[in-house]
Amino acid sequence: MGGYFTRHLQVLVSSLGKLVGSPLASVMTILVIAITICLPAAFHLLVRNGLELTGGWDVAVDLSAYLEPGATLESAQSIQQLLSARADIERVTLIDADAGLASFAEQSGFGEALESLDTNPLPHTLVITPISGLGAEATALLRQEVASLPNVDQVQRDTEWVATLQALLALIRRVVWVIGALLGIGLLVVIGNTIRLDIQNRRDEIEIMQLIGASHGFIRRPFLYTGLWYGLGGGLVALGLLFAILAALSGPMRQFGSLYGAGGLSVSGPTAQEAAIIIGVGVILGLLGSWIATARHMRSVDPI
Amino acid sequence: MIRFDNVTKRYPGGHEALANVTVTIDAGALTFVTGHSGAGKSTFLRLIGLIERPTRGNVLIDKRSTRGITRRQLPAYRRDVGMVFQDHKLLFDRPVYDNVALPLIIGGASHREIGKRVRAALDQVDLLNKERQLPATLSSGEQQRVGIARAIVARPSIVIADEPTGNLDPELSSNIMRLFERFCDVGTTMVIASHDHALIETMGHRRIELSAGRIERDSASLTTTAELF
Repeated sequence: MGGYFTRHLQVLVSSLGKLVGSPLASVMTILVIAITICLPAAFHLLVRNGLELTGGWDVAVDLSAYLEPGATLESAQSIQQLLSARADIERVTLIDADAGLASFAEQSGFGEALESLDTNPLPHTLVITPISGLGAEATALLRQEVASLPNVDQVQRDTEWVATLQALLALIRRVVWVIGALLGIGLLVVIGNTIRLDIQNRRDEIEIMQLIGASHGFIRRPFLYTGLWYGLGGGLVALGLLFAILAALSGPMRQFGSLYGAGGLSVSGPTAQEAAIIIGVGVILGLLGSWIATARHMRSVDPI
Repeated sequence: MIRFDNVTKRYPGGHEALANVTVTIDAGALTFVTGHSGAGKSTFLRLIGLIERPTRGNVLIDKRSTRGITRRQLPAYRRDVGMVFQDHKLLFDRPVYDNVALPLIIGGASHREIGKRVRAALDQVDLLNKERQLPATLSSGEQQRVGIARAIVARPSIVIADEPTGNLDPELSSNIMRLFERFCDVGTTMVIASHDHALIETMGHRRIELSAGRIERDSASLTTTAELF
């Protein structure tokens, strides 16, 4: 058993030696693999960061409940009291129709135009602030319950656009998966083609091995290890590229965040688990590509 | 025991290399296969080594038809058949030692066992002092001896050799044949295709002469396959 592992180790090391022996070709192949892995990984990180960021905005957002035009101030106050008693609401602020109109007239500059109106078009409004940390589902349920109260015309979430952005990010995430899968297939072709050329170059050697009784597994082994090294190298370089991209994006991201009052906005890099997945994907695709290439071309060397 | 049972081998294009050959070679015997170029000697050996499969008929090794040997079983079968090739078929990027060690490595022998057996095999072909050299630095005759060492190192039960002494001087040829004889003494079946009539005559072993894919003469029996039909 010890000899078995020693031989595997020897083949592992010698296949690395062969790659080092032709540095330019090896670096080119590894770079192609790295870029192919890096692209979907970078998009995944951006989407993941976006979802995390907007996930924070999704909770504890204010709800604005607009009462029906005919609702009285008393009924608005009774709803305010009712809602204030709820455990999931931190506070409820009543903006009566007159105060709302006055505030609008002052802020909008349409004061004179508004004075010409016979009646106040604005309803009484309750600004409801849920307790901190109330989840998205609970907030949605609260909104539903408030909307079902008598005299309440409609309830709006102040950050409706966040949900739209999240939906968009979810869509982009799905697109990233599809692109990732396509690039993965492309990577299999690249690795398979590289191994195929290697097999062509070593056709005589394979033929001799087969004639003296080498099993397919034995012959395939160095090619599989070559694929493994390509994949591992590609995965590690992809990780490095990813950190380089993140470093390049961190400045503009901070600037973008400051425009929306989120001065500390930053993109977090891959977690240990994500880094392991990136390297693992490289290794698996490397092994799979070389497996397919060897299985396909070995038969052509010894067609019996 | 090797038995050809009405074996025909036709290559794509229609060339019939062997036609209805029936012959039995006893286990542990040394048998020469002779004949002119294109007589079918190499095909005869390739069918034993299962490098080719017969178009018709059966090749039986120890009463087992090679037809039943699947692709998966082929490597194990070939590990028990040592092959010496006319063009040596050596790995030119590896030293002599590694070339000879290859069947043992493939067979999963231990490091110590490999060292012992490779040196013994190289000693028998008088190349012990060249184990670190690359094949390209050796003469054609030396390369042939590396091929012979590789064929015998794993002690296969059958050794097939296609013109094994073609590049060797008479003295070395004779030594190699004596080596093959010693292998026969321990039960290895040797089948050798050769043009070297003088050497074959002096050895006095069985001789199967092929002509146009048929057995022209078999020294073990005066009755040829052609006469049977």
